[in-house]
Amino acid sequence: MRSSLKKLWAILAIMALLFVVVGCQTADNNGAQQEGDESENPVENGEENGADDEEETELADTIVLATTTSTYDSGLLQEILPLFESEYGIEVDVISVGTGQAIEIGERGDCDIILVHARNLEDEFVAEGYGTERWDVMYNDFVFLGPVGDPGALKESADLTEALQKMVEHMNSKGISFLSRGDNSGTHNKELSLWALADIDIEGEEWYNSLGQGMGDTLIAANEMQGYTLTDRGTYLAMSDNLPNLEIVFEGDESLANPYGIIPVNPEKHPGVHHEEAMLLVEFFISDEIQEAIGEFGKDTFGQSLFFPNAK
Amino acid sequence: MEGLVESLRLLWGLDPYVYNIIIVSLRVSGLALLFSALIGIPLGTFLGLTNFPGKPLVTALLYTGMGFPPVVVGLFVFILFSTVGPMGRLGWLFTERAMITAQIIIAFPLVAGFTMAAVMSVDRNLMRQLRALGATKIQASWAAIKEARVGVLVAIIAGFGGAISEVGAVMLVGGNIEGKTRVLTTAIVLETRKGNFGVALAFGIILLGLTFFANLAMLYLQKRQMFARE
Repeated sequence: MRSSLKKLWAILAIMALLFVVVGCQTADNNGAQQEGDESENPVENGEENGADDEEETELADTIVLATTTSTYDSGLLQEILPLFESEYGIEVDVISVGTGQAIEIGERGDCDIILVHARNLEDEFVAEGYGTERWDVMYNDFVFLGPVGDPGALKESADLTEALQKMVEHMNSKGISFLSRGDNSGTHNKELSLWALADIDIEGEEWYNSLGQGMGDTLIAANEMQGYTLTDRGTYLAMSDNLPNLEIVFEGDESLANPYGIIPVNPEKHPGVHHEEAMLLVEFFISDEIQEAIGEFGKDTFGQSLFFPNAK
Repeated sequence: MEGLVESLRLLWGLDPYVYNIIIVSLRVSGLALLFSALIGIPLGTFLGLTNFPGKPLVTALLYTGMGFPPVVVGLFVFILFSTVGPMGRLGWLFTERAMITAQIIIAFPLVAGFTMAAVMSVDRNLMRQLRALGATKIQASWAAIKEARVGVLVAIIAGFGGAISEVGAVMLVGGNIEGKTRVLTTAIVLETRKGNFGVALAFGIILLGLTFFANLAMLYLQKRQMFARE
């Protein structure tokens, strides 16, 4: 029996070694988030929260923000959220997914606040009582990308309808593909509304490819296939170094505006959410200082703004 | 080549972002493996040595579990720990705990399945002799595990590989939160999505390297164990 015990020890030693290597931090850094009953486990907020001197509020130390890949992949949130964290002592955990998934996470009460861009879905979210209220934060615009050199001559189009008709014509004659997100994201919803606006039926078309992936994946696929796609300008600029086969072939039409809204999850629907903290984040986003920072973001790297503040 | 250079640069540069990802990966998969072994090895040994009505059904379920799509496990764990789910009150979603839970569900059938196969191949006569000599059931099981140790080690390695290389489930239930629930596989997805293939490849090479050294360490200990017996 002794050597079988030794064998067991050997295995345990491997495990122990693993944990020594990984250090003995607690397995759970933010277990306090989404406590079913907030009052059971209030987290003291320490001195950092000097803002509320008069009233002794006990704020959670972490909130969860579900947002779109575009705000995250462009690097905007990484730049401004640390300001919130140092000002209020509240950490913001960012779940970056498609708008569809972000809204679903919000509807289930698995996050405290959402920052997304799909106006019709956002209004539904509030109307059905999942969110309390929607605030404008910023907007950027969508652009159509296509093969370098614009072989379909889309740039000369007068309006969206003409551009899309030229695109379809070019795709049909040259066997080129259109790459759609196809993931019920804000960009995907926008794209569908643009086809509808131009009165083009995409159903069953050979050139139409629905990927079901994020913006970055879709851009990479479009770059590889030298096809057409719709993207928000921010993600395109942030990734343009990795997209040598693509360029902007249609932009600037007013139908291509892309507003972002921020909506706290309704505590009446999900009592566990951190509504008070979420409201602090709303105030933070619409404050003059942060609105200015949003407008400045990207100027040093890309020579132009990626997002334009529009909070009222 | 670009990836190799990039991975060396990331490792040598002592980038805290990269080390944090490695640490979270090892901690999540290490703990998941520990629990998987604690469940899987006894279960596999029991199934390998005992006959009972319904055993084919249990075995078939186990084999299904070995090939269960991780993303389905992720969806299941997501719904389980979602605020409106049955275990939502725990607040485990988007934490390492949910990731560990998902990886246990993925890894323990692998550990149990391979352990079962290994234990079953142990000579039946040996087992009968042991029992005849008065060994208790537990003692006989220990002897079987000892006899089948190479197979059990393979079971553990398979479980570790299944856990650390999995992406779909930890992406869903962990949320890929920077500094908290971002692991090597989800970092690879993120960097690929951003078009940073070099960095993505570097993370891939780091992942391969980790798995390789973990396996090497296990094999080495096993080897030493064999020599020590002589």
